[in-house]
Amino acid sequence: MTDTATPTSSADSPRRGPSRWRRALAFVRNTWRGLRSMRTALVLLFLLALAALPGALLPQRQLNAAATAEYIAEHGWWGRLLDRLQFFDVYSSVWFSAIYLLLMVSLVGCLLPRTLEYLRAMRAGPVLTPKNLGRLPHHVRAESDAAPAEIVASARKRLRGWRLVERAEAHGVRTISAEKGYLRETGNLMFHFGMLGLIVAFGLGAMYSYEGQVIVHADGQEFCNSGAYAYDSFDPGLRVDGTELNRFCVRVNDFEADYTDAGQPIAYEADLEYQSGEDLDEGTWRPYHLEVNEPLRTAGDRVYLLGHGYAPTFTVTYPDGDVRTKTIQWRPTDQTTLLSEGATKFDPPGVTDPEKRRENQLAITGLFAPTASFRGEILSSSFPELTDPAVAVDVMRGELGVEAGRSVSIFEIDRSLVDSGRLERVARENLRLGEELTLDDGTTISFDGVREWVSLQGSHDPTQGWVLGFALAMFLGLGASLAIKRRRFWMRITPAREDDDLRRTVVEMGGLARTDQAGYGEEFTAITGDLLHRGLEDGKAR
Amino acid sequence: MAAAGGSTGSGTDPSSVTVLSAKGMTGTVADPPHGARTRAERAGRMGVALIVLGALLHLSALVLRGLATDRAPWGNMYEYIMAICLVTVVAWLVMLRRYPIRHLSAFMLLPVVILMFVGGTMLYAVAAPVQPALQSYWLVIHVAAAAISSGVFLVPGVASLLYLFRAAHERDPAKFARFGPRLPALDVLDRVAYRTTVLAFPIFTFGVLCGAVWAEAAWGRFWGWDPKETVAFIAWVVYAAYLHSRATAGWRGTRAAAINVVGFVVTVFNLFFINLVTVGLHSYAGVG
Ligand code: HEM
Repeated sequence: MTDTATPTSSADSPRRGPSRWRRALAFVRNTWRGLRSMRTALVLLFLLALAALPGALLPQRQLNAAATAEYIAEHGWWGRLLDRLQFFDVYSSVWFSAIYLLLMVSLVGCLLPRTLEYLRAMRAGPVLTPKNLGRLPHHVRAESDAAPAEIVASARKRLRGWRLVERAEAHGVRTISAEKGYLRETGNLMFHFGMLGLIVAFGLGAMYSYEGQVIVHADGQEFCNSGAYAYDSFDPGLRVDGTELNRFCVRVNDFEADYTDAGQPIAYEADLEYQSGEDLDEGTWRPYHLEVNEPLRTAGDRVYLLGHGYAPTFTVTYPDGDVRTKTIQWRPTDQTTLLSEGATKFDPPGVTDPEKRRENQLAITGLFAPTASFRGEILSSSFPELTDPAVAVDVMRGELGVEAGRSVSIFEIDRSLVDSGRLERVARENLRLGEELTLDDGTTISFDGVREWVSLQGSHDPTQGWVLGFALAMFLGLGASLAIKRRRFWMRITPAREDDDLRRTVVEMGGLARTDQAGYGEEFTAITGDLLHRGLEDGKAR
Repeated sequence: MAAAGGSTGSGTDPSSVTVLSAKGMTGTVADPPHGARTRAERAGRMGVALIVLGALLHLSALVLRGLATDRAPWGNMYEYIMAICLVTVVAWLVMLRRYPIRHLSAFMLLPVVILMFVGGTMLYAVAAPVQPALQSYWLVIHVAAAAISSGVFLVPGVASLLYLFRAAHERDPAKFARFGPRLPALDVLDRVAYRTTVLAFPIFTFGVLCGAVWAEAAWGRFWGWDPKETVAFIAWVVYAAYLHSRATAGWRGTRAAAINVVGFVVTVFNLFFINLVTVGLHSYAGVG
């Protein structure tokens, strides 16, 4: 880990000039050295932070495709330019990926030599005592009546837990080199390797994971994770084709939401049964209480409770006595009152002629309110709970376009068919629960009941455990590398000599913090104080 | 703090051990003898006593909020800001005991007062329960870690800003001619900033980590580049850059301080912009 890029020397280039091969090699080597330098890492860190920023400021396609499209439309050429430059897909953009790949290369370049150095340092002992301890940032020089051996003995005791080497110099001079805080480097390496692992696991996770959303009625309806088609929407990673999913099934028996009097939600709970693995063959169902923050974990996957809403039940009685009943989910347009909109669609019964059939399809569209409140004829909802439901419906007759191969949302009708006159409004009315309306041809439509639905998300990510493991390694390593100080301590003990004017033992001690200097002073003071005084007391005890 | 050079008498029995010379040793910062306290000194001490009193009142306000809502008192922006400011003040009081920086308290309290004012007037929310997504013990852990780290990060932010003023003054004494000389030495400011950053950074990392674990349980994925997550990532990278810059030749000192100030700006940006302007999963501010 060098602070600066090593300057390359060209002094040794021979007369005939470097071959192209050699120049290429030098280029690679210099690039590698440059990438390994700390300054490059710093610049890359900054670029990464900068590159991540647009993702917080601009709408992102992956999070909100609708908002993204709207933004682009509103901003004309500027929006299109940003789109071209991948500003709406920042985290999968070429430039973002390039920066973090470079950072990873730089990281590996830092880690390899550093690891080797670390292994070497772990085997080698503390370094020799410097000639001139007075040059060190922490230094004490004292005279004592104690004999050198006593001082060495008490130092050995005081420096327990330090890595220690005693050496002898000429003229009976003894030295001690001590070092502590090797764990700092261990922590630092653990942190950086953890980060490397995290990035790799994160990348793999994006390729091998998927998410799917599905709406299930809370009246015993079942959902099985049998393939992408089982979901209403499915978002797979690059390497997921949506066929071989982990098998599990979920049956939703009940859903309950609790609110404060002000309509603020307090709790969402769904009662489930589920089966996976052997249970599938044996037909065993196990109960689970699904809540926000408490996903169902089964078969290595997770099932989340994302949202809920209402599905009104309509019964259509045709003039010939045929009866059809349907309960289709409508979607909330207002999350606080759960006023919902939707379209419940009917095919005429017993009609085989496709032409005729297409002219007589029915769609009941409009608004649903769990707690109705009318202002004049306008329906709105005053509370999200189901206390006094009502619908305000437009009944449309004609061609719904469901066979045309066009994908029509189940919550809507195809507006273009209305505009072209192929779908016509034949009634508009407000209905409370149990009320009915009659169309011009004698068909009656009644609003018979309301069911609740939940929207579930099935999520699969095989790398999650790895990511967590690496993140923990990072965190622990970070703690160790920031909390532990690597520090050195040296002593030189010169015995009294008759022939000199050295009549007492001279003790010299020096200290050096390998990392941040602040804070070592206190410890150094404590150690030297202890040594000088303990040495003295030991001496007296004799 | 460091007694440089010179011989200091030490020990109880000078006939046995004589200290000939010492440097880089740490003793306690000597208080001037009682009678010799200047008026400024007395005023300074009274100021600190007032800060302590304020912090105690602040703490009781937070505790009462917790009792009133029957949950951790950091469930919306008003409460969160209140918690952050308390942390900042406590962290500052701790630093005051270790470094001769008491006269900087006004600079430190300025952002606290502004934040408290904004929180109390514009973002006030009445005591109420939180929505289902927030009913988790992770609210206690994740948000507490975020509040503690953000609160502590305010201290190095201000210290680094003052570092930049002082450094500019030292380069050119005409700049900030009155203000510059009153600031502590560069190495004191640097040490205050480093010590607090090194404390806050792992807590912040822990907070982000807990946030990811919570997101896995609440939103179905541990990381999804939600605006708040993104800006937390940016802040994390900036502070990591700060730590690296202190180990890089040519980046120590002024540049490191500038990076720390950027980190501070990103933290404040995350608090206000992401909660109030953009809409994301984290928009739980409880404002309006
Ligand atoms: C996303 C990228 C990175 C992040 C978030 C990161 C984060 C960190 C953190 C938090 C520390 C602890 C700071 C300390 O010990 O004072 C650290 C230390 C260190 N990192 Fe990184 N790092 C990253 C990439 C790199 C790279 C690419 C290199 C090599 C060029 C590198 C080299 C070092 C070194 C040498 C230290 C020890 C500094 C010291 O002794 O104070 N890091 N890193």
